[in-house]
Amino acid sequence: MGPIATLYHLPEWIDLVFALFIGIGFGFALEQAGFSSSRKLAGMFYGYDTTVLKVFFTAAIVALTGAQVLSYFGFLDLSLVYVNEYYVNAAIIGGIIMGAGFIMGGFCPGTGVCAASIGKIDAMVYLFGGLTGAFLFAETYPWIEELAGKNFKGAVKINDMLGLSPAVFTLLLVIAAVCLFWLAEKAEKRFARKEITSEC
Amino acid sequence: MNPYWAGTLLGLVLLASMVLSGRGLGASGGMKYLVVAAVGTVDNDHAQNSPFYSKYFREGKKPALNWLSIELAGLLIGGFISGAVSGRLKLKTEKSPKIKTFTRFIFAFLGGVLFVYGAQLARGCTSGAALSGMAVLSVAGFVTMMAIFGSAYLFAWFFRKLWI
Repeated sequence: MGPIATLYHLPEWIDLVFALFIGIGFGFALEQAGFSSSRKLAGMFYGYDTTVLKVFFTAAIVALTGAQVLSYFGFLDLSLVYVNEYYVNAAIIGGIIMGAGFIMGGFCPGTGVCAASIGKIDAMVYLFGGLTGAFLFAETYPWIEELAGKNFKGAVKINDMLGLSPAVFTLLLVIAAVCLFWLAEKAEKRFARKEITSEC
Repeated sequence: MNPYWAGTLLGLVLLASMVLSGRGLGASGGMKYLVVAAVGTVDNDHAQNSPFYSKYFREGKKPALNWLSIELAGLLIGGFISGAVSGRLKLKTEKSPKIKTFTRFIFAFLGGVLFVYGAQLARGCTSGAALSGMAVLSVAGFVTMMAIFGSAYLFAWFFRKLWI
């Protein structure tokens, strides 16, 4: 029965050991996906490489379906799993700023760490920028606090918002993901750039 | 690795995180804790007097030993192991041949600043908000995911020389 650390009131250090191993699995999966290459990641936005979409949506539906199945059989208490809270303005504006950072830097924070770990120098510069960004946020927090807390909706779930059961929504998302995979495969053929994809 | 297999592996790691620790994955959060820990070491007065930093030190908490900072250390180790296994460990800079290395560095730095700043505002990045959020059906996860990818597509045309 999970979540194990919460339900069995495990001491904090055991949860931190979990964190270390989860992080190792996370880094291993990202690197194996080919996410240590910025030109491969950027390919998502020019169509020549859609690995980002394939990995991202496969991971989302595997974790979502897995969690629903475990919860159905009583192995995972989903009410004890953290659900991200919805601050409308912050989610949208923050997302737009992140998208601009993605196309300029070629990484998101997780893939940046993963690329730096295998020796990509541009990723190390990106991470230095990332730490600077976190520092700037902390220092400018008094000015941005109001925006960050605006239109707070709580930990809303998308299936509740749409009036669907979690299972039905999960099924719809799996179907949508399969359609996206089909489109992604087509785009890769249409916008292929062999000189880039053979390198990364 | 085939992207669908790598995605399955990533999904299973995320599921393991939910089952073991009751939370999703994250990357930008760990960076924030590192910065908070560094500021606390360099200028403790500033950290204790700032409403932002001080909350991370309350009740003797140590930001460097937070779940997210330890997970971030694991991420670095896991990436390195994968690179070693697949023979990809190499110091190099990746960029389009059309731009200078210095240009690549400038935009890599700016991209990092913007991404992590935006992630602090949205309370999570592609992993912590978008991926982990979607796996627990959080509206915030879906909205953040669409905002990140929509915005990157919108700006892609302006920065095409960096990549193609």
